[in-house]
Amino acid sequence: MSLFQPTAIDFEPLARQEKTEQITRPSLSYWQDAWVRLKKNTRAIISLGIIILLGVFTLIGPLLWAVNPALQNLNQVSQAPAWAKSAIVIAPYQSWDGIQLDHYTSPDQAASTLPAPTGFSTADTPTTQSVRLSWDPVPGADGYNVYRNNRAPRDFNDLGLPLGSTYGDELSYEDRLSLEPREYYYSLVPTDGYDEYEVYSQITLTPALALTPDEAVERGLITDPYDVNIGDSLTIEFHPLGTDYLGRDMLARLMEGARVSLFIGIVAPFLFVLVGIIYGGFAGYFGGRVDGLLMRFAEFVVALPFLLFMILFKIAFGIGPGESGIMPMLLALVLLSWPSTARLVRGQVLQIREEGYIEAAKLLGAKDHYLVLRHIIPNTMGVILVTLTFAVPAAIFTEAFLSFIGMGVAPPTPSWGSMCNEGVKTMLSHPHELIFPAVLISITVLAFNLLGDGLTEALDSKMRSRD
Amino acid sequence: MVLGHLMQGLVRYDRRGNVIPGVAERWEMDEQTATFWLREDARWSDGKPVTAHDFVFAWQQVVDPKTASEYAFILAPIKNAAEVNEGKLPVTDLGVVALDDRTLQVTLARPTAYFVKLTVFNTFYPIRQDFFESRGDQYAAEAKDLLYNGPFKLTEWTHSASLKMVKNEHYWDRQNISLNAINVDYITADTRARLNLYTDGKIGFTRLDGETYKDALSQRFRIRRFTTGSTFFLEYNHRPGKPTDNLNLRKAIQSVFDPDEMVNRVLATPGNLRGESLFPVWINGVNDKFRKEYPAPQAGYDIKEAKRYLELAVKEIGPIPPLVLLVGDSPTATKQGEYIQGVLLNKLGIELKIDVQTFKQRLAKMTAGDFDIVGAGWGPDFDDILTFGDLFASWNMNNRGRYNNPEYDRLVRLTMNSTDPKTRMDAMGKAQQILFDDAVVLPQYEQGIIYLLSPKIKGVARRVIGPDPDFTYARIIP
Amino acid sequence: MLAYTLKRLFAGVITVWFIATATFIAMHQVPGDPLMNDKAVSAEIRANLEAKYGLDKPVTEQYFIFLNNMLHGDFGISFTQQNRKVNDIIRDHFPISATLGLLAIFFAATGGVLWGALTAIYRNRLPDIVIMFLVILGISVPSFVFAALGQLFLVNLNGLFGRSIIPVAGWGTIWHMLMPSLVLGLGTMALLTRLMRSSMLEVVNEDYIKTARAKGLSPTRIFFKHQLRNAILPVITVLGPQIAAITTGGFVVELVFAIPGLGRYFVQAVQQLDYTVIMGTTVFYGAFLVLMVIIVDILYGFIDPRVRLS
Repeated sequence: MSLFQPTAIDFEPLARQEKTEQITRPSLSYWQDAWVRLKKNTRAIISLGIIILLGVFTLIGPLLWAVNPALQNLNQVSQAPAWAKSAIVIAPYQSWDGIQLDHYTSPDQAASTLPAPTGFSTADTPTTQSVRLSWDPVPGADGYNVYRNNRAPRDFNDLGLPLGSTYGDELSYEDRLSLEPREYYYSLVPTDGYDEYEVYSQITLTPALALTPDEAVERGLITDPYDVNIGDSLTIEFHPLGTDYLGRDMLARLMEGARVSLFIGIVAPFLFVLVGIIYGGFAGYFGGRVDGLLMRFAEFVVALPFLLFMILFKIAFGIGPGESGIMPMLLALVLLSWPSTARLVRGQVLQIREEGYIEAAKLLGAKDHYLVLRHIIPNTMGVILVTLTFAVPAAIFTEAFLSFIGMGVAPPTPSWGSMCNEGVKTMLSHPHELIFPAVLISITVLAFNLLGDGLTEALDSKMRSRD
Repeated sequence: MVLGHLMQGLVRYDRRGNVIPGVAERWEMDEQTATFWLREDARWSDGKPVTAHDFVFAWQQVVDPKTASEYAFILAPIKNAAEVNEGKLPVTDLGVVALDDRTLQVTLARPTAYFVKLTVFNTFYPIRQDFFESRGDQYAAEAKDLLYNGPFKLTEWTHSASLKMVKNEHYWDRQNISLNAINVDYITADTRARLNLYTDGKIGFTRLDGETYKDALSQRFRIRRFTTGSTFFLEYNHRPGKPTDNLNLRKAIQSVFDPDEMVNRVLATPGNLRGESLFPVWINGVNDKFRKEYPAPQAGYDIKEAKRYLELAVKEIGPIPPLVLLVGDSPTATKQGEYIQGVLLNKLGIELKIDVQTFKQRLAKMTAGDFDIVGAGWGPDFDDILTFGDLFASWNMNNRGRYNNPEYDRLVRLTMNSTDPKTRMDAMGKAQQILFDDAVVLPQYEQGIIYLLSPKIKGVARRVIGPDPDFTYARIIP
Repeated sequence: MLAYTLKRLFAGVITVWFIATATFIAMHQVPGDPLMNDKAVSAEIRANLEAKYGLDKPVTEQYFIFLNNMLHGDFGISFTQQNRKVNDIIRDHFPISATLGLLAIFFAATGGVLWGALTAIYRNRLPDIVIMFLVILGISVPSFVFAALGQLFLVNLNGLFGRSIIPVAGWGTIWHMLMPSLVLGLGTMALLTRLMRSSMLEVVNEDYIKTARAKGLSPTRIFFKHQLRNAILPVITVLGPQIAAITTGGFVVELVFAIPGLGRYFVQAVQQLDYTVIMGTTVFYGAFLVLMVIIVDILYGFIDPRVRLS
């Protein structure tokens, strides 16, 4: 049996050892942790990328694609996106006297039936400047109606657009109504001066895309009208995304519209959500009388007629007629939209304030503002982010509505929302005018949504515990 | 359009635009008086006869200052109408009396060649005194608060939603009315919705606009066209101190527009005619149409002329400040405004601000002179050249630009007081020339509309003056 | 509870009074003349018109006359619609807007709760992605586009069958109401889906859910009894003002579907400066909104007992 015999060595203090247990990561605060998580989230990164691209589009785009967004071209109205077209050069427009019948007298009695007109043909080469038609007189007719359709008429009721009427002695018609270089089907119907006879003749033609030397100079394609001769072929402007209802380049307009739409669509929601958070947070936290008063005031603001106050703000800011009222619009949006966020936040706060950890923190001596900022608001992030992502399109569309009734951007300044407004009218015939701005709005909304999702996962405490 | 089916005046128009008897079966007119003999079988919808007293009462109501009728001015040719309206004479002094139950005599303030045609207008419809007084404040508020003497009567009216007109069994010409009822089941401003309803077979008539007609075409519908007879023009502010008071500036603008472009490229629907004059093509002259006998002077598109005038203007009033163009809030108005803005900016370097206002605001601004240029239009009230001619007389309150030209006023007065067609038309021809030389207005277009009408309905009349569209003698073919 | 309700109702009345006053003041500040019309009128006629509508009195006097009338439930006659009482306008058209709005809310609420819950349960899997994509589409496309598309869809549907099965416009039967209320509720449905989703995701991680699962409760039971009840609170909060907003904001849908609701009157009245209609509709809507909010707040207290209503 050996006894443990202590020696002096045993009583010497131990050397400091390294800790066996190490925290491999430095201790992070809530926000630092959130940032780390955010960087790892693929969706958030994608959305940040999209947002940066949008910024480039807005700010640098106009420098690269320097086309005047206000330049109208009435010959290229509502063109779909296409490669650059070529046009032939023609002489300036001369009015046409047409073909009249000498010694014409109206028939005494209206005939019961008449044959279809003969000799219905073009009197000149059809171009987008004018299409001239002529025909042989129909004995017994006291007038003629001319129709135009975009596809072959099936029967008498399907002749298309009623272009015009002529008297009995006029045997020609000139069509200049928004001619495009596409196939047209013209029909000619004899009348008795008032009612039509149910017969018609038809002709098909495609006008050639044409322009005059003066027009070419005005549009900046050539510098001197004598640079080209009649009959030459000229390449006209290239519109990668097509043109709008007044012939303005869509791409240039979208770039300029981005400024207004993104400014309003991002700044306004941020501002009013901020106001809403603070307002709702305090109302919910303090509760009681304060809550009651604050919420009543919020209801009061919601019930005010938005339109009326928009008008007032515009006047207050001294925005004259025909000027863009961006600031009053921003102000109106912020001042009249914060209540809904406030309500939401307040509701959440009412719930959270009953949680155990709040009481615990209070017992530990936490001050009110510390509680609100450090504990309560981060826990309402989920709801806040949802509101934010919805506020963005709401702001853009409100801006569109206001511009539509003259309270927002003034023409010719575009915005994506107002372009949607215009595009809806030609939704079926020229969809590109609606699709492009709508797609851009969707992309913006998508980006903020993804960002919101990413932020939620990064910031929301309850979701964090899942990983 | 609705009222035209429910009520009838002394005379009316037929399908071809001729004046035919309405409640009056014959009439006579000279320089001082017009006398109408009413038919004996004209009845109200409650069966009682329509008498001359009903017309006297109605017209007295119109000029009575207490009624505050905005259209009182149209009774001006009647003796004492102006004085009664201003409160200087009692209502009973109005120059119209019922000689007996079926004879109406009107005393004219001045010889008015077009007086009979004037009475087609809504304001001249009869009102029965006992019914009117029995309804008091509620008169005309609902379907039952009106009495009808026209081919149809109103049986149901849900405000802003629908209304139903049924054949008036007491109407004197009911034998010739084929329709039993006209239902207006949907009232909405959205043209696309109306097109959808038409496609669905729910409605038989609707108006189209520049965007919906393409959809109608693709549905293979029969599109019809009608020129309404209204002219649209740019009106300038002629008040002193305004830039648009400068003649050279106005002349510059006159030469910078291609008149075909607005009609063919901007409006781009059939039926619109080039804007050449304040007077539309349908106005009658001496023997033929006014515009054929007195062709409108044209400036045409001449950019060099325009720039020359602009330089003169700048010399006189300095650099041109941004101008304000006042337009209404309809979609076409904004599109036209943008087009004008583009032309002025790109071709003359003049900045134009577009002031979009709703109807009331726009009128208020026009009257206050708070504009430089305004997009205006005028539809005819009656079938005579004066309905357009007196627009720019200095006393006319609709002359909101305050154009003041004593020579123009003289020509208008001459036209008002003379009955000789040649004198009148010559005067108006000169007036048309003044409108051009002074660039008082810039004509833009004469309005045309396009619409859909079911092929099963025949006999619908469309008119420039009078009820339009008129379904009175329409019939449905199976 | 009763004391609380009474207090809220009283506060509500005060709020409505504030709304009326603020709107009155605002309305009179806007330049423009409610009595202007197409053809110009002489000074006498103007004076008569002013007297008829009471505009010749000083503004403060007009205000008290208005208040007095309002207390008697009389909102006067419209300036633009001859001789039509504002009360009649509201009475004729509000029920239609309300029906449309409530139906829209019904769609939005049931849809929103359902889709939101689904996306939370199947988080990051196919249903989640699909639904969220639709939600984004739903909020980034303007309502007038949906209305036009919806109507077009009906036209084509009817065309397919050769006759009109579902009416494309108008009002009257339940069939008339389907498409418009669906379109009207889309935006709210998207919002509620989103809210529900984030709310559910939070709840799903709560301890009491884990406990319930540990105790062996069936997933369905957990879902309905615990998750839903707790997650639905933000939805309810939003519902109150949304009901009011939808009922008033149905302007576009009413226009496209030719529905004789109140929304169109409201917008037109502001544009035409029809004082009486503006005041009448604003006060009415204000009262309606306040009432909705009160109801929702009371409902709140029932659903979540932890919330102390003071």
